[in-house]
Amino acid sequence: MKFINYLQSISGIGIFPMISLFMFFTFFALVTIYVFKADKKYIEHAKNVPFEN
Amino acid sequence: MEIEKFQYDNKTVKWFAYATIIWGLVGMLGGLIIALQLVFPVLNFDTAYTTYGRVRPIHTNAVIFAFVGNGIFMGVYYSLQRLVKARMFSDLLSKIHFWGWQLIIVLAAASLALGKTTGKEYAELEWPIDILITLVWVVFGWNMFGTILRRRERHLYVAIWFYIATFVTVAMLHIVNSIEIPVTLFKSYSYYAGVQDALVQWWYGHNAVAFFLTTPYLGLMYYFIPKAANRPVYSYRLSIIHFWALIFLYIWAGPHHLLYTAVPDWAQSLGVVFSVMLIAPSWGGMINGLLTLRGAWDKVRDDVVLKFLVVAVTAYGMATFEGPMLSLKSVNAVAHFTDWIVAHVHVGALGWNGFLTFGILYYLIPKMFQTNLYSKKLANMHFWIGTLGILVYAIPMYWAGFMQSSMWKDFTEEGQLQWQFLDTVTRMMPFYAARALGGTLYLVGVIIMTYNLFKTVAIGKFLPNEDAEAMPLSENYTPHSKDHWHRWIERKPIQLLVVSLVVVAIGGIIEFVPTFLVKSNIPTIASVKPYTPLELEGRDIYIREGCYTCHSQMIRPFRSEVARYGEYSKAGEFVYDHPFQWGSKRTGPDLVRVGGKYPDSWHYNHFIEPTSMSPGSIMPTYTWLLDDDLDVSSLKAKIKAMQTLGVPYPDGFAEMAEASLRKQSQEIQANLKKDGIETSSEKEVIAMIAYLQRLGKDIKTVSVNNTK
Ligand code: HEC
Repeated sequence: MKFINYLQSISGIGIFPMISLFMFFTFFALVTIYVFKADKKYIEHAKNVPFEN
Repeated sequence: MEIEKFQYDNKTVKWFAYATIIWGLVGMLGGLIIALQLVFPVLNFDTAYTTYGRVRPIHTNAVIFAFVGNGIFMGVYYSLQRLVKARMFSDLLSKIHFWGWQLIIVLAAASLALGKTTGKEYAELEWPIDILITLVWVVFGWNMFGTILRRRERHLYVAIWFYIATFVTVAMLHIVNSIEIPVTLFKSYSYYAGVQDALVQWWYGHNAVAFFLTTPYLGLMYYFIPKAANRPVYSYRLSIIHFWALIFLYIWAGPHHLLYTAVPDWAQSLGVVFSVMLIAPSWGGMINGLLTLRGAWDKVRDDVVLKFLVVAVTAYGMATFEGPMLSLKSVNAVAHFTDWIVAHVHVGALGWNGFLTFGILYYLIPKMFQTNLYSKKLANMHFWIGTLGILVYAIPMYWAGFMQSSMWKDFTEEGQLQWQFLDTVTRMMPFYAARALGGTLYLVGVIIMTYNLFKTVAIGKFLPNEDAEAMPLSENYTPHSKDHWHRWIERKPIQLLVVSLVVVAIGGIIEFVPTFLVKSNIPTIASVKPYTPLELEGRDIYIREGCYTCHSQMIRPFRSEVARYGEYSKAGEFVYDHPFQWGSKRTGPDLVRVGGKYPDSWHYNHFIEPTSMSPGSIMPTYTWLLDDDLDVSSLKAKIKAMQTLGVPYPDGFAEMAEASLRKQSQEIQANLKKDGIETSSEKEVIAMIAYLQRLGKDIKTVSVNNTK
């Protein structure tokens, strides 16, 4: 007997993992783009916040 | 605008620091006791309160929620104030938070010792304590957000993002996983059953590791490594990617705890893919921490704080490399249910959480007491003995894990299993002994630290309120010319909270929607029937005694497991299991098909003295099950609760339950009598035997007809 996939019966279940991967990559791309475009002055400032006291 | 003067609250930080140390000692001692119990079962003392199945949850809860929990609050209260240049929002809330959390810990320890447990790992506490946790957590969040809203530094440093994500996600996990139906003041049933319960539980369990043991400590790393090394973090850009990628990915990875189980394939695969991707942000974070020290390694040599922090971050890197590997199906097939997993979590717990906490304590206590550490030499000794302890703990456990797994899978040339399960148990003894030694070394290190810090406190003078000054935030902030959408989030804590919640909730929703659809889609197996009242009571004793800490109830579809235990487990078999009891560690054999394997008298004798039936067994004795009368006072309520949850007992069954229970008890009593055992039919052991004999019976009858 084979290990059956109980969810094969739900139509279009395969879309769930696809949606999630798609969302992650979009999100990741956005964050990466932002990070490289971010203002250098801001990054320097934020980086040094722990040392301001 | 005028400079404002204010004071940082060190007193709450000090309290949390003391609590961290004390609960650390208690939790680790608990760990040492259970490690020794596996080598010398007499140390179970034949007493319910001190038996392995009850002490093990005390150990795990104590180190996670008491030791690390207080460690988080200590670090957050110290760093947050300084990062936002404001005193904690309310001294009263700080006080309620501190004492509320300690009250939870004490109640937790007492109730677990008394066997009040939901039977879901790392979420064992019963519903009144769950509610208390929610309230205290809200107080923490309120205090934290109050502080952030009064800040004098506009930009929220990355550490604070980690704190915020921790707060929202832990709240979400705790609430979703704790949905249960109360039966009595200290007894409830999980709302979910079987496969669903398992998915929710490991979504919670995995993310408790992620958002209780990891994200808050990463926040602390981003504050304390730069502070201790006196240089800013290597790459702030990397830390932003680290944060978002980590919180986004972590939430999906839960099903990797359930590979090869009766959980649907797509969920397993999703868990694997996201777990493997997790390497990237985890290592990004580790590299960021370590590279902060580039060109300052000479400092690391002299500074014991940095030494602890470096080993902590390295251990984090090791554990987060291993984790994704363990979620590959082929590796998981070997490691799951073995001591390999125990080694893995202890690299994280002892190395990452432990050492980071110690580093912070060595940094904070002298600072707040305005003095130097009492003895650098002792601190160095702690460092070396602790490191040695981790190695002596982990290496034998890895070895044991491999050995167990291969012994479980060995076949002779004739195609028979080579080893009895018992052989695989007795072979573990030298490794378990070495592990206990490693744990002892580690604990000795912590005792040395406690002495050292105690002395430091004695020579120092505590500064309860530390003076500080800063400019208030200007009312009308004009952003830099190139303002950006992400900065809109970073400046606004509430936005950050909402976005974090959305990010983590997406993962949860996508995982759960199909899970809830599943309920109507699991092929019900017609022969699977609800437990009888006596079996239900027996099952509750099984949960109370924490049998799941040593026994699994999940046969994976491997030749070796099917040969050893019988037909592999199907999702439809667990539809009435509130909560599921699949377990996560096979110190003893799987029990899901144990019904009918032995006569009732075997179990009876096995509970009196396991070694009499299985020489060399390390299972504790359970003689109180033979002495104590079964308490059926809440039977009616239990049946009704089960009916509410959809278990198809006939209408009015609650009223007839006790009669049914008495009848079945007498049958077992008569069975025992045939084998020369005289006992009253009202003892707990009767219910326990009824439950064990039921396990796997339903499916056994059908598989005879179904085999092709
Ligand atoms: C410290 C770990 C530990 C705990 C806790 C524990 N067991 Fe065991 N159990 C074992 C080991 C090891 C064996 C295998 C040796 C033996 O048969 O005693 C075993 C064997 C068994 C067996 C025989 C299984 C078989 O197929 O031969 C049963 C039944 C059993 N345990 C029931 C229980 C129940 C019920 C509880 C809770 C009340 C419990 N165990 C708690 C370790 C444990």
